[in-house]
Amino acid sequence: MATSTVLKKPTAFYEIFERKPDADKINTHYCPGCGHGKLHKLIAEAIEDFGIQDRVIMINPVGCSVFLYYYFDVGHIQVAHGRAPAVATGIKRVHPHSIVISYQGDGDLGAIGGNEILHAANRGEHITVFFVNNAIYGMTGGQMAPTTLPGMKTTTTPRGRDIRNEGYPLRMAELIATLEAPVYVERVALTDAKNMAKARKAVRKALQIQIEGKGFAFVEALSTCPTGWGMNPPEAEKWVNEVMTKYFPLGVFKDISDKVEPVKFDKKVLTPEEIKKAIGVNGDSATYVKNYRKNIIPEKYKNPKIKVAGFGGQGILLLGLVLAQAGMLEEYHVSWLPSYGPEMRGGTANCHVNISETEIASPLVSIPTVLIAMNRPSLEKFQPTVKSGGIIFYDNSLIDIEPSRKDVEIVPVPATKIADDIGSTKVANMVMLGAYIGYTGVLTKDSIFDALDITVKRRELNELNRRAIEEGIKFVL
Amino acid sequence: MAKQLMKGNEAVVRGAILAGCRAFFGYPITPASEIAEAAALLMPEVGGVFIQAESEIGAINMVFGAASGGVRAMTASSSPGISLIQEGVSYAAGAELPMVIVDIMRGGPGLGNIAPEQADYNQVVKGGGHGNYKVIVLAPNSVQEMCDLTYLAFDLAEKYRTPVYVLADGFIGQMVEPVEFPEPKIPKIDKSWCVDGTSETRHNLITSIYLAPEDLEKHNLKLKEKYERIKKEEVRYEAYRTEDAEVILMGYGIVSRILKSVVDIMREEGYKVGLLRPITLFPFPEQKIRELAKVAQIFFVVELSTGQMVDDVKLALNGMREVKFYGRCGGVVPSAEEILQQVKLVFEEIEKEIEHQK
Ligand code: SF4
Repeated sequence: MATSTVLKKPTAFYEIFERKPDADKINTHYCPGCGHGKLHKLIAEAIEDFGIQDRVIMINPVGCSVFLYYYFDVGHIQVAHGRAPAVATGIKRVHPHSIVISYQGDGDLGAIGGNEILHAANRGEHITVFFVNNAIYGMTGGQMAPTTLPGMKTTTTPRGRDIRNEGYPLRMAELIATLEAPVYVERVALTDAKNMAKARKAVRKALQIQIEGKGFAFVEALSTCPTGWGMNPPEAEKWVNEVMTKYFPLGVFKDISDKVEPVKFDKKVLTPEEIKKAIGVNGDSATYVKNYRKNIIPEKYKNPKIKVAGFGGQGILLLGLVLAQAGMLEEYHVSWLPSYGPEMRGGTANCHVNISETEIASPLVSIPTVLIAMNRPSLEKFQPTVKSGGIIFYDNSLIDIEPSRKDVEIVPVPATKIADDIGSTKVANMVMLGAYIGYTGVLTKDSIFDALDITVKRRELNELNRRAIEEGIKFVL
Repeated sequence: MAKQLMKGNEAVVRGAILAGCRAFFGYPITPASEIAEAAALLMPEVGGVFIQAESEIGAINMVFGAASGGVRAMTASSSPGISLIQEGVSYAAGAELPMVIVDIMRGGPGLGNIAPEQADYNQVVKGGGHGNYKVIVLAPNSVQEMCDLTYLAFDLAEKYRTPVYVLADGFIGQMVEPVEFPEPKIPKIDKSWCVDGTSETRHNLITSIYLAPEDLEKHNLKLKEKYERIKKEEVRYEAYRTEDAEVILMGYGIVSRILKSVVDIMREEGYKVGLLRPITLFPFPEQKIRELAKVAQIFFVVELSTGQMVDDVKLALNGMREVKFYGRCGGVVPSAEEILQQVKLVFEEIEKEIEHQK
């Protein structure tokens, strides 16, 4: 009887390893004396004892342990080299009730995936990370790992790891323990009975922390790789105990598990109506068409292609947006296209606005029928592009030259001066807007005022904006 | 529902949430950042997840994780960021995971600039990652389509269990136009393949490993068969005034809008010109191109690149008709008038050719 209990696999292991492609469906693919099998067993036993088998999702890394899915009877995701902590983050965040185990080797976690593990730990992801450190790349045939010891020979350090060339071995547990978020960080060794007992405790504790919703737990396991090291299994164990532990001391580097409050994950499920409201598409901020009493617009001003240009900070983009919004309220087809990026920060700004009775093909205004120029560089740059027979509005209180075009209408508006007179230079853009609609009849004051309330988030500013628009209209009439 | 004025990048996030997307992982980059910003604001409001990842590599792998859980998940980036995302897309294609990736293209190569370009065609449509895989690529040309095609992208991704790209340029992302929003969907998790930490999915495995060459070949052929099905069933395009057109203009995204203006102006002047705009870049509307070639003499392709999609037009025509190309790049966007001059030259050539034959 006693023998059969010893041989019985934990239920978290498959009884027969069906996914294993070779004929042997009973034994693992690991080399004799490899530490992976030992750690697998500790994890499987813990899963069984905690009764969490259905909830477990294991992240299968790249390395010798890429085939976790041969053995563990749990959900599996096999991932790219080094990315296990990011994938673990993704699945845990969408299914917080699941128990996510990320299992990685030293190349995977310490080298190519250094960034992913650091940030997952730093965010305090509610995942459990088992890090197998055997100081070498096992699967690819014994190359240097970030944890290879100084002087140690590998296929890519044939003369031994030279710290002046390859740097020092990374102590991942110590590194992770310096971060604020991790709850529990320990290094164990998968060697003799004493160390195995500690490892068993650490594995359980790391899982327990996740089950309780406490946060990020990290267990580094020093592990034998007899094949990569060219030793027999007993030699390998001895080497871990006597050599590796000198550089990688065993012990708990951080444990705040009795101090952190467990997190409760509750799921928010919304009705379709609530979803629409939450993202602002339920009609509240949508605009219903009023019947604006449209002006009679002279033919030549209809379907304007407008270029608004000036300094960043003059409210150029807003001027254009209000025009587009008002155009939409009056049931025109509209489009607004900004110049974006560094131009917005300091330099010049311009935007393209179309207000059209028919569908707008190109939203780009390269040959404007209307140019609204708020500074001299803009006037100089864009006046040659204005369509013959078009119209130029410019702020003649700021711009000290006159437009030279003779084939277009020119409307000087001292917008900045008017704005100053009513109390704020900032509303020069609105004075200009008023001048434009007042002069051409394109869009009504009513729709512009409504558009302001939709476009400007700080509505208290709109009193002055409205006044500025009125002044602009008054000026051109 | 009434229309709302909105920026392309913001419409993407609304379209995604309405399609049932509840997980966004991203990394900021101009000119795509507003997508992450809107997702940061809105995802938590609908019980979804938003994380600003440590890098684009982190972001795409978080999407990989969430998608493995059967949840609709996405990321968005711009050209240099998309280069980093490619590793994850190859894995997702191999593991047959549905996900949506939005690329708001900017100028390259290298850091290039943040102005609009269309030079990601090759890296997105031809697949920048390793292995035999394809992704569905949708190319919106309006703010409405930024919403609608993102909404559609999630359905296609799930239907075919494959990554789907929404490929737009900086202008389409930054543009503001009226949008009408679709109704919200509340998708069910498909437990037949995902892993969600429940007993029903315990035996599922998300993987792209097939160790035995015969198995991997079989897997590749299965993927190929899927891409063939996509080619048959998912081609989308807009043909504008093409019936009697002697010259067919071709372009996608912002370029197609400019080309539409070119067509309108030239038609008024009596030129027989039309526009074919691919809405899906993969699958490419090859058949439609060949059909139009029965009447059209010349295909005139315009791109914000030095010529990428034009190769697919040539492949589709396989020498049947002449293909001309006009491209601007680095963020320079040609005006309708500029393109018009070029197209008129093409008509002159046709005239001369006819004269010559007489
Ligand atoms: S190579 Fe090393 S780590 Fe890999 S299975 Fe063999 S002993 Fe274990």
